[in-house]
Amino acid sequence: MNIVIVGDGKMGFALAQNLSKEGHDIMIVDSNPNALRNASNLLDVGCIPGNGISSEVLMEAGVNAADLLIAVTSKDEINIICCLIARKLGARHTIARVRDPQYAQNLSILREDLGLSMQVNPELEAATEISRIIRFPSAQKVEFFARGKVEVVEIRLSGDSPLKGQALRNFKAKGMKVLICAVQRGEEVVIPDGDFVLQAGDIISITASPKDITAFFKATGLMLQRKIRSVMIVGGGRTSYYLTRLLLDADIQVKIIEMNRDRCKELADAFPKAMIIYGDGSDRETLHEENIDDTDAFAALTGLDEENVVISMYALMRKVGKVITKVNHIGFSEVLEKTGIDCVITPHLISTHQIVRYVRAMQNSLGSHVESLTRMVNGQVEALEFRVRDTFRGLNIPLRDVHLKKNLLIASIIRNGRLIYPHGNDAIHAGDSVIVVTTIAGLEELNDILA
Amino acid sequence: MNSKLIFKMLGVVLAIEAALMLLPLGIALSIGDDTVAAFVLTILLLAALSAALIPIRPKSQSMYAREGFLIVSLSWVLLSLFGALPFYVSGYIPSYIDALFETVSGFTTTGSSILSNVEALPNSLLFWRSFTHWIGGMGILVFVMAILPASNERSMHVMRAEVPGPSVGKLVPKLRSTATLLYAIYFLLTVVHVIFLLFGGMSLFDSLITAFGSAGTGGFSNKNSSIGYFDSAYIDGVVTVFMLLFGINFNLYFLMLTRNFRQALRSEELRWYLIIVLASIGLITLNILPQERSLSHAFRLASFQVASIITTTGYATTDFNLWPLYSKMILIALMFIGACGGSTGGGIKVSRVIVMLKRVKRELIKLVHPRTVRVIRLEGKALESEQVNGIFTFAITYLLIIVAACLAVSLDGFDFETTFTSVLSCMSNIGPGTGLVGPMGNFGGFSGFSKLVLSLVMLLGRLEIYPLLLCFAPVLYRKK
Repeated sequence: MNIVIVGDGKMGFALAQNLSKEGHDIMIVDSNPNALRNASNLLDVGCIPGNGISSEVLMEAGVNAADLLIAVTSKDEINIICCLIARKLGARHTIARVRDPQYAQNLSILREDLGLSMQVNPELEAATEISRIIRFPSAQKVEFFARGKVEVVEIRLSGDSPLKGQALRNFKAKGMKVLICAVQRGEEVVIPDGDFVLQAGDIISITASPKDITAFFKATGLMLQRKIRSVMIVGGGRTSYYLTRLLLDADIQVKIIEMNRDRCKELADAFPKAMIIYGDGSDRETLHEENIDDTDAFAALTGLDEENVVISMYALMRKVGKVITKVNHIGFSEVLEKTGIDCVITPHLISTHQIVRYVRAMQNSLGSHVESLTRMVNGQVEALEFRVRDTFRGLNIPLRDVHLKKNLLIASIIRNGRLIYPHGNDAIHAGDSVIVVTTIAGLEELNDILA
Repeated sequence: MNSKLIFKMLGVVLAIEAALMLLPLGIALSIGDDTVAAFVLTILLLAALSAALIPIRPKSQSMYAREGFLIVSLSWVLLSLFGALPFYVSGYIPSYIDALFETVSGFTTTGSSILSNVEALPNSLLFWRSFTHWIGGMGILVFVMAILPASNERSMHVMRAEVPGPSVGKLVPKLRSTATLLYAIYFLLTVVHVIFLLFGGMSLFDSLITAFGSAGTGGFSNKNSSIGYFDSAYIDGVVTVFMLLFGINFNLYFLMLTRNFRQALRSEELRWYLIIVLASIGLITLNILPQERSLSHAFRLASFQVASIITTTGYATTDFNLWPLYSKMILIALMFIGACGGSTGGGIKVSRVIVMLKRVKRELIKLVHPRTVRVIRLEGKALESEQVNGIFTFAITYLLIIVAACLAVSLDGFDFETTFTSVLSCMSNIGPGTGLVGPMGNFGGFSGFSKLVLSLVMLLGRLEIYPLLLCFAPVLYRKK
């Protein structure tokens, strides 16, 4: 597809990177030629210097023949206007990044008039993700498939984990209805088979229905952690705003430490039920004064990555149950893992992810069969959802007789809304949805899984 | 440095050279030339080497500017070293240095020859000699990118190192599609050229050789007296027009293909290119009128020679050594300027010359209005001062290399004109100079050392200096 991206910031770059990897023709527009230099050196994309709301520049980027325009400049207004112009010039779909809470609300009313196909709000998405993690504390990350019927949960096995030293076969023998679909051990990622033995430090990805995952956690004793009832947030930015709203709705106590007095007032005005603290969250005394030891979860959401990392490490040292860290620049993610910080949230990547999924869905209507795609384990593993058509060559053959590629696993089959954990006897039928987990990148249709 | 990736790419390039050499081998087989053994031997050697290099698995695909530069310059050196083998092994060019000079001259689309009697070569070698022009014109690595499935998203570094011109842009977002498009345009124009030549009564073989020469802006002919041999106004006209066409930025053809004629014709570089061509033709016609038989004949000679020199092709229909000094000086000036950026031609490039003149104009205005702020524009787009400075640096390096090479070549003790124009002609990838290396002369008289120096100069000129110069720069290898 022809995709025009306006704004070559962190998100624009991440979008260009992901979408060009999937084979789309990308044009990036940015008024700063220096920002474009990086993109033109590192990615196989076209770069056009110029203002994204100038129709001349947009035409040069080929917006009239574009299937999609994504506006992700730093200004909401520019993004909205850019999408409007692009629609008028002939772009088929437009996506705007809108971060201001006020705009975001109005926009849902105006969306039809503006012709927007989608609006993304990285901070809101990040907040949703964090609230999901807080409500689901054993997991590092949760992903959804088949409209929430299947979840993929990533957890790290600690030294005293009850799963340690067990072969995967054992779980099946005990009748647990889950599937461990990927294991990250150090730098390496494996798609495990039944003889695989888990070790401490492994990060495992589990697929199952939400109910079965809860049952699994209970049965294996992973659910020891008590429910989170209080959260301490450092930094009162937009992400905190959205997060507080979500947490309060779930009856979780929220305490925000913010160092800007005016912002504190705004927050206090917006959330009477939350405790707003005017102070420096990177100050040890402030944290202790506000009882960091007694909080169930801790979220470092200031605008400074370094500060977030350091205070998260401190929170971990104080044995806070769940620590979530916002990091905007993820160039050195390996280093972060070494520090023990396991719950890293990068807002623009979450939204990028969301858009990539949307593009997949668009393409699906153009002929490809991938319903959705999720990258897990730092992008080294892909989980793809396929809708099975008659053209699949392994139709109605028991899985044990189907020769699959290596490093590939059929994680689940959804038939008539029911989830099946596939065994050798099961077969894939037309009309099923199939979730495939693999380290092979770039599968385009279901037949690609066959060896 | 990702040396594994570099070796792998070199393997691919050698494999492609082997594949391309199958064409002259086919010709040799079909007409029974005695060069079959030489071609087979070279192909086997190339195949063996690439079979050893291609299976290398680089740990990462990461590529930075230095890898791009190294891949390009090493590829061109290796291409020439192996491309020379058929000439040498078959015994038609007994000295390897001569064979190397001839091949470098081919790949860099220079067209300078050490042969005094071209017609003595068998057809398969003549074909290979001219075919190197066609390959070198658009560039072997652009070809690699066009045929290889999208393997590396950072190949832009390679493209930038190989395609001539101050700023290399992509026609379409994907590098591979851009490379394919460039080759498609190139191929199509060549085919049209061949068809036009066939209409003029040329044999298929002669028209192929001629078309390869003008398409790559090379200038190897299979006749001793170049295009003058055919002595036909029609052929002169066709070759003139096509040489000029291949000297235009290929991006403009893409714009025309996408029906953007207006934008294509508005190109500033194209306008200046045509102005320079027409002015030179006019001046030379008037200057040589007294010694030619008619105005039309003078015009025919002047336009062919001007087109041949400015596009850096180097075909000739007359011995312009015998022209008045004024006409010769115009041609020498054209040798510096060269063709448009993004074409297959060499030289400093029209767009660079435009930018430099605009900068000079700005300096003059600044003398009068010291506080004035002016932006230098090219094709309606403002240039960063960094880019303008880069263009000046390029031009100065260009001149310095010419001076240095003149020093080396002057050891042979030829006259000034011969020494200077031979170096200039090699640097701008033209072919003939004036004096002893004029259109009817050749480079055979130079010493082995000079031939090596000139080969290096040709490569420097074709790759626009930096990629090759960087190979000699310690900064590339220093680890600290």
